[in-house]
Amino acid sequence: MAENTTSNRNSPPPPIEVRDLTMAYGERVIVRDMNFVVPAGEIFIVMGGSGCGKSTLLRHLIGLMAPAKGRVFRDGVDFWALSGAEQDRMKRRSGILFQGGALWSAMTLAENIALPLREFTRYREKEIREICELKLSLVGLAGFGDYYPAAISGGMRKRASLARAMALDPEVLFFDEPSAGLDPVSARRLDELILALRESLGATVVVITHDLASIFAIGGMAIFLDSGSKSIAARGRPRELLDQGSNPALIDFLTRGERHTKLPALRADGSSKI
Amino acid sequence: MAVSADGAVVLSLAGEWQLGRPRPAVSQLAWPEGALRLRLDCQALRQWDSSILLYLRPLWEECQRRGIAIDLDDLPPGLRRLLVLATAVTAPLERDDLAEDGFVGRVGEGSRQVLVAALRVCTFVGELCVAVLKLLVGRARMRLGDLITESAKAGYQALFIVSLIGYLIGLILAFIGAIPLKWFGAQIYTASLIGIGMLRLMAAVMVGVVMAGRTAASFAAELGTMQTNEEIDALRCMGVPPMEFLVLPRFLAMTLMMPLLCVYGDILSLAGGLTVGVLYLGFGTVEFWEQLVLTTRLEDLYVGVFTSWIFGMLLGICGCYQGMNCGRDSAAVGRATTAAVVSSIVCMVIATAPITVLTVLWKI
Repeated sequence: MAENTTSNRNSPPPPIEVRDLTMAYGERVIVRDMNFVVPAGEIFIVMGGSGCGKSTLLRHLIGLMAPAKGRVFRDGVDFWALSGAEQDRMKRRSGILFQGGALWSAMTLAENIALPLREFTRYREKEIREICELKLSLVGLAGFGDYYPAAISGGMRKRASLARAMALDPEVLFFDEPSAGLDPVSARRLDELILALRESLGATVVVITHDLASIFAIGGMAIFLDSGSKSIAARGRPRELLDQGSNPALIDFLTRGERHTKLPALRADGSSKI
Repeated sequence: MAVSADGAVVLSLAGEWQLGRPRPAVSQLAWPEGALRLRLDCQALRQWDSSILLYLRPLWEECQRRGIAIDLDDLPPGLRRLLVLATAVTAPLERDDLAEDGFVGRVGEGSRQVLVAALRVCTFVGELCVAVLKLLVGRARMRLGDLITESAKAGYQALFIVSLIGYLIGLILAFIGAIPLKWFGAQIYTASLIGIGMLRLMAAVMVGVVMAGRTAASFAAELGTMQTNEEIDALRCMGVPPMEFLVLPRFLAMTLMMPLLCVYGDILSLAGGLTVGVLYLGFGTVEFWEQLVLTTRLEDLYVGVFTSWIFGMLLGICGCYQGMNCGRDSAAVGRATTAAVVSSIVCMVIATAPITVLTVLWKI
């Protein structure tokens, strides 16, 4: 038991802890030997360029993909050492906002939120309806319960998905590229909503993103995954990392390549010896 | 090209360079000895499009190979930028399948993939069996509403197409069968032909093929799209097993509806045969019915219904398996749908062989 837990008598275990995690698709290693802890009640950002393994890391954290090596602890317990039923129970303690919303298209928004309530609680139908209305109003979609996902905009779908993620009052909320596919205003509103909900609910929030505006707006502790070194190249608060960081890949990422990378095609000075 | 004292050579690009027109090959260039630098003279260059890039890019590569620097100062600015973009080195994407295997390697890899696919099918069927057992003990996370909805889709919504095909197949079989039977003056046995042929096998196969194209394909498309949209991941993340929540109602609907559709198809195909018997062969309805009852046994109907029940299971498994194992792009959904239809029909034909042989051997 001791090997499979991080329990400590003095302090409660962190909601998420990753130890020596190596992620791989077959022989192809994505990121190796990752170690980090997500503190309870904090916002934690996983950032990095396209293809660095952010979404793969999310799939490991939410229990959709087993590690090639290493361990993922949830509330101090080694997630992959649990039985299937125990894993399912653990999964229900977190909510996930998928990149595209992932609302069940054959159900209305209210039915989407009601499904986990009907499956995993013993609330009466009236209570479930009230909870659905409450969750929808929390994300600014009061009165939209009867709409199908196809009938609403992308931003609304994301908010409805967030309402579904909050259905069971989770302790941890995961966000996969929350601003992807949204216009800047909708993206900012969603960022503000994430912050407001975290402050109100006190949940731990893990955000996977490459969107700089979101990274700086949401703040919190962050790790930077680098596809070059296949490792966590930096960790800290994004603003501090930008000011103090010496990792060229990170600075490139946080400044959109303006500090380090030379983009020859964009130069207009005519210097053209190659 | 002539080389100057400082090792520079000048290459003139003149006239119109446009796609569809002939352009010189870089390999035709005669490189002088001692060339260190290449200058491109574009004073006489008029119109150009991608054609000139198709020449300049291999020229740049040839210069790289020979260690000659290119001076692009005289190129039009737009062309210069395009050339810089076109010659930029992109880091190769790390892929698993880049290894150049020989014949043995390819055969080995192909065999491995077949084994992996077989293992996946076995796992899927095993998980489905567990889901059915959980349903029997009342522990499956399947909603009754989903079973009713899927049964409606696989059942009464298919009645029109089954009616049409069933009636016409009965009609066609009676017409074709009547030709040789007429030679022997045995037209009355058309009723027996329709009765035994349709009830025992043909109706089950006919309904199976229709349902493979209609419902198994739609299962694959629905589940495949859910896979693409991460809807199945969302279920897994909540601890809702997709096998019980999505696959089980579809599988059960298909398994329950196929025998009913088969019986319905039997009735319609007999009606088709009766139409030919009465209008073409000149029998009375009672005469046709008496001959049918005299030569066709109830066991023929049972064999047909049993076969269609097996087909229903196979179609449910094929459609759902392809959907659940679909890739995560729209092309993958198309492939899954096609594979669902093809595998359904292949599985039905393969299953028909032992069913037919065994029922004949066992004198059923």
